[in-house]
Formats: sequence, structure tokens, C-alpha cells
Amino acid sequence: MSGYTAHFKVWRGDVSGGGLEDFEVEVNEGEVVLDIIHRLQATQTPDLAVRWNCKAGKCGSCSAEINGRPRLMCMTRMSVFDREETITVTPLRAFPVVRDLVTDVGFNYTKAREVPAFVPPAGVAPGEYRMMQEDVDRSQEFRKCIECFLCQDTCHVVRDHEENKQAFAGPRFLMRVAELDMHPLDAAAETGLDRKTTAQDEHGLGYCNITKCCTEVCPEGIKITDNALIPLKERAADRKYDPLVWLGSKIRRRSSAG
Amino acid sequence: MSVVDRQEWDVVVVGAGGAGLRAAIEARERGARTAVICKSLFGKAHTVMAEGGIAAAMANANENDSWQVHFRDTMRGGKFLNQWRMAELHAQEAPQRVWELETWGALFDRTKDGRISQRNFGGHEYPRLAHVGDRTGLELIRTLQQKIVSLQQEDFRETGDYESRLKIFQECTVTRVLKTVSDSGSAAGGRVSGVFAYERESGRFFVLEAPAVVIATGGIGKSFKVTSNSWEYTGDGHALALLAGAPLLNMEFVQFHPTGMVWPPSVKGILVTESVRGDGGVLRNSDGKRFMFDYIPDVFKEKYAETEEEGDRWYDDPDHNRRPPELLPRDEVARAINAEVKEGRGSPHGGVFLDVSTRMPAEVIKRRLPSMYHQFKELADVDITAEAMEVGPTCHYVMGGVAVESDTAAARGVPGLYAAGEVAGGMHGSNRLGGNSLSDLLVFGRRAGWHAAEYAAGAAGARPVVDDVQIDAAAAEALRPFSAEAEIEEPKGGPPENPYTLHQELQQTMNDLVGIIRREAEMEQALEKLAELRVRARRAGVEGHRQFNPGWHLALDLRNMLLVSECVARAALERTESRGGHTREDHPGMDRTWRRINLLCALTDPTGGLAATDPVRGQIALTRETTEPVRADLLALFDKEELVKYLAEEELYE
Repeated sequence: MSGYTAHFKVWRGDVSGGGLEDFEVEVNEGEVVLDIIHRLQATQTPDLAVRWNCKAGKCGSCSAEINGRPRLMCMTRMSVFDREETITVTPLRAFPVVRDLVTDVGFNYTKAREVPAFVPPAGVAPGEYRMMQEDVDRSQEFRKCIECFLCQDTCHVVRDHEENKQAFAGPRFLMRVAELDMHPLDAAAETGLDRKTTAQDEHGLGYCNITKCCTEVCPEGIKITDNALIPLKERAADRKYDPLVWLGSKIRRRSSAG
Repeated sequence: MSVVDRQEWDVVVVGAGGAGLRAAIEARERGARTAVICKSLFGKAHTVMAEGGIAAAMANANENDSWQVHFRDTMRGGKFLNQWRMAELHAQEAPQRVWELETWGALFDRTKDGRISQRNFGGHEYPRLAHVGDRTGLELIRTLQQKIVSLQQEDFRETGDYESRLKIFQECTVTRVLKTVSDSGSAAGGRVSGVFAYERESGRFFVLEAPAVVIATGGIGKSFKVTSNSWEYTGDGHALALLAGAPLLNMEFVQFHPTGMVWPPSVKGILVTESVRGDGGVLRNSDGKRFMFDYIPDVFKEKYAETEEEGDRWYDDPDHNRRPPELLPRDEVARAINAEVKEGRGSPHGGVFLDVSTRMPAEVIKRRLPSMYHQFKELADVDITAEAMEVGPTCHYVMGGVAVESDTAAARGVPGLYAAGEVAGGMHGSNRLGGNSLSDLLVFGRRAGWHAAEYAAGAAGARPVVDDVQIDAAAAEALRPFSAEAEIEEPKGGPPENPYTLHQELQQTMNDLVGIIRREAEMEQALEKLAELRVRARRAGVEGHRQFNPGWHLALDLRNMLLVSECVARAALERTESRGGHTREDHPGMDRTWRRINLLCALTDPTGGLAATDPVRGQIALTRETTEPVRADLLALFDKEELVKYLAEEELYE
């Protein structure tokens, strides 16, 4: 396969506005969309703003929307497009634009801070942690997350509903709650923190209506909906509506208060 | 002009990879108000790309392992050039640093009895690398990131402000370390007073005033064309230290990782983890021969298998067989691959074949090497569970770096300056073993944060005064690429230069002339080319404005890459032997008299001027330094017959 010229439309602008600009640019064998954006920088638009780091799908920096679909630019091969096709690259729609393909992803860092951290078990010294592989498998799946925020971008709860951002942590951080809840040694419960209840009450789990859009865009192939969100919903529901669980939580709270 | 925003902190950490975050955690826990500045978003640092694991002698997989064995392996890997006290501290403290990560929520792969699993790696006598599949770096960075968030949550509960004691300034770049003006009036003699930085998003300048600065900026790989390193690796911390008057050590030692992707061209250089070989992958040339058996150097002869059969048996019975030579230290494997390709026995795209498909069933490969499977499938249409990968050497790591005190990570010559991680020199000698980087980050990141916090507490009564003249000079330096553009009508010495073009020429120069195999005439040619680029870089111009402008950012990073590249070229020209990550075709042997010699790089003009454009003189001056003898009890860990291969006669009988 030899080189050819591709047609690109790239969104350029900033907070005050902008639009799609047309480019004709060379493409070589094996290249990905990020290579083409870099070629534009080096030859046509030196100040085109874009985030990237590892170029191997490991850091989650180069998230953008390619022909309207949230993707990593470094993992999108040019060979998936027809040579005649015009390829449109736009910034993540759910976050405010900073410049060109760079958006303000601060929402995600705010939400990250609102999830209480891992609580180490009392009386277990460093080096004495014992966990079986089958018990860490599930949380390890969630820890594959590279924080590209494509799931946050595509989730329709916030994508077209700015007003929901306050109450909704988004799939990435609901999955973080699930990860900690399924961690075999997390001692949050012993300190009176019920992660299942907070997922519902504080992180907006109820807004999710399991359309699986997040799972579809995840470049790591994490089954966010099936393995994190649905189980979390089930456990949260058990807590809320099971009278025995309800009673148990009251008793425990009273005894720990005493 | 010095109306830039200023803030006061106790400790400023430059860089948010493993070393920077571990330093910040330590400094904050010891009571210092700590700021972290990083070029990318929080959690995206280059550490995230580390794959294989963290080396620590926890003895979970083989009960014979101990810090002494780990120390020995590290010294052998570095061909005894290591700053031995660092190698000792590293081997002793690595297990605690790994276990501590579990208390912060890390989830490593487990052994059958529920402890942390450990895997084999090149140069390590026992399975020693704690890992999470082949995404260990991601686990490390995420764990440290989440620990920082938990400290911020604590601070929020106490003060109502998440950032009252620990703040991350993400997407900001430091361009100068500021110092107090010493009695003589020159900035050269002062102590650290803070840093000058710009926000990438807005282009706005700011100053963080602090008595202690920890440099943790990683490496220099972006000065080479074929590299596994990300855009951030422009040698910023190396250059900041040099400009502040701190010398760099052993800069000739650059690690070329033996296995980078070679095809397609756009991914050339991307890392293929050493775990592939640790888990049984073999290297073959175009004749189908396992060529590594022909490349076992004398110093390692007794430790590696001589036949394929013995090497294969080792995977199941390591106590009665020797390891296969695919697991030699990286420098040896990289040179071997280079030689095979050069002699016409390479793969179709100029590498060799790395095959793990015959060793393990597809499902096991997908579980143990998931991101390698993914990477080859997505980017090269290769299914590693069924066919061989094509791999070749790629610039991966710099052993050289800021000369530091072993125990405190304090940079030599500049009070208040600390360095940890890849940017610090000494720990790995002439070649780093795989897995020793993540442990290095944790051990010395912690030590740097600890001593920086202690130093800052001692300076609390008399905070250093920031010099306005230096701030003005730093601002003018950072704005220069915009005025180059304005000079189009009447350019001084030539038209404005495109920073991307300059960068590509620099990368090609270093790759071709100061790469994996070095020759005197080529390095001299490289120094001349670097001098030319230095002159042209002063005219690097940019379009547009200061808001998130990658062209401008690159123009500023060029200063650092040119400084560091000159250090590498000059030191490599000076060292007339081959050792570890430094291979001279014209001096192929390892010379015992060079073992005790460190080469120190400093600015020729200590006042910090960068005008020097004379290719012979350049910006960097070298001095030779004889290192301290290895402590007797540490030498006693080795057999005399082995020491004879490394140490000079007089060292053996001292």
C-alpha cells in the first residue's frame, strides 16, 4: 500500500467559537489518525492544539470524536476508512472546549475527588495482605481503565444534559465505586461507609439506565455496564429495599455509636 | 515585567510520574505544603507506559531471594559503574515500597497462596517483578494518584479546601529553577528559591516560591528518532538542573531497549515488554536460529544456558538449569539484534522475530500479556498468540542524570535542589535492569520528598528571596519564539525556523550518529550538527498566540533537548571503552580502568548564558571524577573470580 492524500475536516477554535477547517494531507501505510494530526502540525498548522502522550493506547490522552464517534486517535487506523471518505475530527462534545481538539476535562477530576478512597483494613501490616486471584479479578478489570473519559463523553445522562453533571459521577467513577466495593480488603464498611448506598445517593447511580453506550466506546474493552454498573445497582437495591439489611444497618450504626 | 502571579509553597515537585508523586506524598505526609507541576494531565505521565513490573526482593516466588541478591544483579547489570550506595538502598527498600502500595489500594496479580506474584526478567536471578499483567505502570500511577486524592480528601475535611496542602498544577511547564542571588552577585552560587513556569492552556506565566524543589521529570528519549518515549521526554529536568548549576553524571549511557515494534512505520519504536521474554518468548533470526546463544559475553558465561534444551528446562526447573540468554541484560540483547540485522539475518522490516506463541496457549498469552496482544492486533494486524512479532532496538531510558547524594537525593552543588527517578543519575550504572525503574521511582521518590521536606522545614524561618531579574529573564526567554516571527522583515542571521523541522533534524542526528553503536568521527560530526541546530533554534519561530500552542511549547523544549543531546554526545566521545548502554565500535572492550571514572557535565558558562555557538567548545564542559571504592561488605557478596572481570588490580587488593 503506498501513500495517498486524504480529506480531513478538523474543528478549530476556542471558547468563543470556531468551526471545521478542510485539509488535504498525506497518509502512509499503517498510520493512525493521530499521525495525520501530527503531520498537520508539522506541515500546515503548527499551533493546532491536541493532547497525546503514549501513542499506544495506554495513557488515554488523545480522546476525540472521529466522524462523530468517541475514540482514541492513536488507536484508530486510517485503513478503517475509505480513501475517498472525508474524515471529521472534533473535540469531545460533553466537555467545554479549550482550544481546537483540547477540552476542559476538569469535571472528571472533580468527580474523582468525591469518591472516598480505599480504606486499609485495620491490623493488617504492609506485606501481610493476602488476596486470592479470583477475588481480585473483577476489581482488576476496572483498574484497566486508562481514564480516557470516552465513556464520560458518550454517556447520554450528561452528553446533552449539562444540568445532570452536578448529581452524576458518570460511568468511570461509578465503576470506581464498584471497584472499591468489590475490593476484597476494603474496610470502608467498618468505618460506617456503605459504598453501595453512596453510589445511589451521592454519585447518581439511579440516572444510569443501562444503555451500554459506555461499554461500547471503552478502548480497554471493560464491561462497564454488565460488570460494574448493573451489579452495583443490584447491591444498592438490596440495601435499600431489604428490610433485614435495613435493620442490620441501623443496629450496626447504633452499636458503633455506643 | 515581573508582575507574574506568585504563590508560596514549601516543596515544589516538577513532574508527576512515579517519582514525583511518591515524593509529593512523602513531603506532604511530613508536613510540607507541596505543589506538583506536570506537563500533561494528572495521571498521564510516562510511568503509565511501564509494562513488565516492579523489581523487589520479596521472595514470594523463590524463597532464596534477598536484597543482597537483588543488589548483586543490579551491579552486574550496570557493569559495576553504579553508585553502589544507591543500589544498596534500592535493593533494601524496594519490598517495603511495593507492600505500601497495597495499603493504598493497588491490586497486583497474586500467587496461589494469595501473595504478590513475581515474574522473571532479564538479569534478575530469581522471579522478582511484582506485576499486573503487562500494565504495571498504569497500576502504579493510578495508585499514587488515588493516594494523593485521599490526602486531599483528608485536607478537605480539615480545612475545607482540597488543595490547601497538596496541589497539582497540571498542564504546566517549568522553564527555570530560580535561585537566590549569592554574595558575589552571581546566580551561580545561590540556593533554590522557586520555579518559573507557564500554563500550557493559557500561556500565562507564574512563579512558585519554595526553598526546596524536587526534579522528577523523567528522561530524554525524544531527542532520538526511534524511541519508546512520549513527547514529554525532552530532558527538561536534566536541563533545569544544568542551568541551575548542578552537574549531570554518566550521560553517555543511554539504554536501547532490545524490543520495540518495527512495523508499521508509524509505530516504530513503541515498546514490546520484556515480559514477553520473561514469560518464555524466544528470539530468532531469518534463518530460524535462536541467535542469542552466540552472544553470551564472558562476564555472564557461567550464568546462562548453553543449549536450547537447558534454557527450555529452566522455565520449569530453575534450580538445576541456567536461564536462556534471551534474558541477558538489555544492552547485550539490543547489541545482538543490531548485529544480526546488520549481517543480513533480519526480518522483512529490519528487526528480528520474537515468538511467544509456541510457548504458551493463546488464552494464557492473552491473560499474561493483554496489552501486547491488543497493541499488535490493533496496530500491526499481528496475532501474537499465533505468529511471531517483528522487533528491534528502541531508545528507552537514560542511565545518566543529575548527580545526587545517595541517601538524600540532593543534587550536588545546589542547596535545596533534589532529583529522583530517571532524571537522577548513578543508581543504574551503565545499564538498567528491567523492573528496576519502577522500584527506583518509589525508593528515591520517597527519599527525595522526605529530605526536601526536612530541608524546607529548616529554611522556614528564612525563606529564600526570589530574584526579579531572573524572573524577567525567564519571561523574555520564553517569549523569544514569538519575536522570531516578528523579525520576518529583517531576520538576524536567517529566516525563522520551523521548530518541528529542527526537532526532526535533531532526532535524526542523535539516532544516526550517537545511537546504539558509536564511532569517534560520527560523534564529532554530531557535535557540529548540534552546534548548527543550536544557532538555528534561536530563530525558532511560532505562529498564533500563547493559548495551548504546541508549536511554541516545542520551540521552548528544543533548548533542553539540545543541551542534553550535547551532554550525551560529548561524554560518549570521551569514554573510550564499551560498557552497558555505551558501545564504541572503535573501542569494543570494557576497560577496567574506566570503571572508576564518572564523567560530569556542566555548563561551560556557569552564569547561565547560552550564547556559546562554537562547535568545539559548545555549551558543555566535561570533568572526570574517580568514584568512591565499593564498601568492603558489599564487595564480599561477590566471588573473587567475578570481581576480577570488573575491578582493576589495585581495587582488588585495597
